[in-house]
Amino acid sequence: MRIARVLLSSQYAYMLEYRAEIALWTLSGVVPFIMLALWSQVDASGANPGELGLNRLQLGRYFLSAFIVRQFTIAWVVWAFEEDALQGRLSHALLQPLHPLWRYLAAHLAEQATRLPFVAVLVGLFFLLQPDTVWLPSLPQALTALVAIWMAFAIHFLLQSAFATLCFWSERASALERLLYIPYLFLSGLVAPLEVFPPAVRAFALWTPFPYMIAFPAQLLSGNPLTFSGGFAAMALWIALLLPLVALLWKAGVRRYSAMGA
Amino acid sequence: MGRYLLTLRRFWATALAGQLEYQLNLLIDLLAMAGNLAGSLFVISLFYGPGRSLGGWSWEAALVVLGVYTVLDGVCSSFLRPNLSTIATHVQQGTLDFILLKPIDSQFWLSFRTFSPAGLPEIGTGLGLILWAAAKVGASPSPTGFLTAALMLASSLVILYSLWFGLATTSIWFVKTWNATEVLRAALTAGRYPISAYPLRLRSLLTVVLPVAFLTTVPAEAILGRISVNTGAASLLMATVTLMLCRGFWRYALRFYTSASS
Repeated sequence: MRIARVLLSSQYAYMLEYRAEIALWTLSGVVPFIMLALWSQVDASGANPGELGLNRLQLGRYFLSAFIVRQFTIAWVVWAFEEDALQGRLSHALLQPLHPLWRYLAAHLAEQATRLPFVAVLVGLFFLLQPDTVWLPSLPQALTALVAIWMAFAIHFLLQSAFATLCFWSERASALERLLYIPYLFLSGLVAPLEVFPPAVRAFALWTPFPYMIAFPAQLLSGNPLTFSGGFAAMALWIALLLPLVALLWKAGVRRYSAMGA
Repeated sequence: MGRYLLTLRRFWATALAGQLEYQLNLLIDLLAMAGNLAGSLFVISLFYGPGRSLGGWSWEAALVVLGVYTVLDGVCSSFLRPNLSTIATHVQQGTLDFILLKPIDSQFWLSFRTFSPAGLPEIGTGLGLILWAAAKVGASPSPTGFLTAALMLASSLVILYSLWFGLATTSIWFVKTWNATEVLRAALTAGRYPISAYPLRLRSLLTVVLPVAFLTTVPAEAILGRISVNTGAASLLMATVTLMLCRGFWRYALRFYTSASS
């Protein structure tokens, strides 16, 4: 407990030094807004309204929620880990009586806390431009959404940690991560709400972890009608699946590890 | 001029020789490109249904826009990113001094020093997509039409280069602005779709402030042979102005460069 507090506060102080960079990272998450502009236009000119399954307000709220969810579920452990492994810092971390992944987890949480004000500013700006989309999720709604966001973050973090452990075998695990990012981008509901997917593609997407990383929490947060059944169960299942996998890969990797350059 | 061409050939020959050492990376690049293209096609297909289209563009015409975007993206990963990302490092380590002392233009050296084959498959696929889709639409190739298309494509490349180089130049003052290019990249993804698919207010923003319209839509119009003289002239004007601005900005920035540790 004490370790957690110290880790979090030191990482938070560290992240505060990088405010400007984090602000830029926040800004680079504008993709949902671009897509919202496109979809709202389709909706405005649509021959048969309601074909999208969402009206203009729901669309706006969905994409804003997707933006927020994305901001707080981003994981970058693979890059941090790769750099540490290449520069030899990993050897020190392994000697300490604390699993190195905890350190990255603390860094992620601290970074999210630093992100919070920037996200709030962008959300405020969005509401200024589109005042009719303003909504306040009810307390239970907000709480379930919060839990969903945390679980989504856990899935993303574990998934990326699994790729990060590949650093033990290859020096360029981040290149492999690019391949993970592609289905994440297109299947997670970041570029289009799942309602507009063709049924076959949607069914396929629901078998992957990606929709649970954006679309499901975003639907909860926006208060739109849910199209998932058993979303939380599926998330728990993915976490239960990934956690032992990461632990296993980590164990095997550490046994193989002989420090860079050795 | 001849000296610059000769230098350019030497630069790229050595870069290619160096990069071919990493064949696994090439495979990953190929896979990433295929995945990205499939995802983009999927997203665009979502916008097409009975009675709706993307800003009044037919499916094949929208594919021409996507083709132009793919080519530009390839140019980014082959030429712009590998070169311009080093500016910040040069400033940080003080090695920019050596470049400024070379008997060759510093902007030329920094912009074209190296290239990575990573984007070549993208450029090839993009061109293929353009040709295929344009033939489907029934664009008739005439010498003048071909010339206009080439001219518009060149002007869009110049604009893209100027945007990137202008942003990279700011690292003379703020070393850590490389993240800003991520923002630029995210914003430029708006160019995947024809400009008329956006709401009116955003359209003018994407034409004048961030000239996404001239990057992809205008060249696509030229390829399809439906470009007006005014648009063509505006594109050329935009290219000239941005290039002059970025050149001037570099000169101006160099006046503030005082080398590392001074």
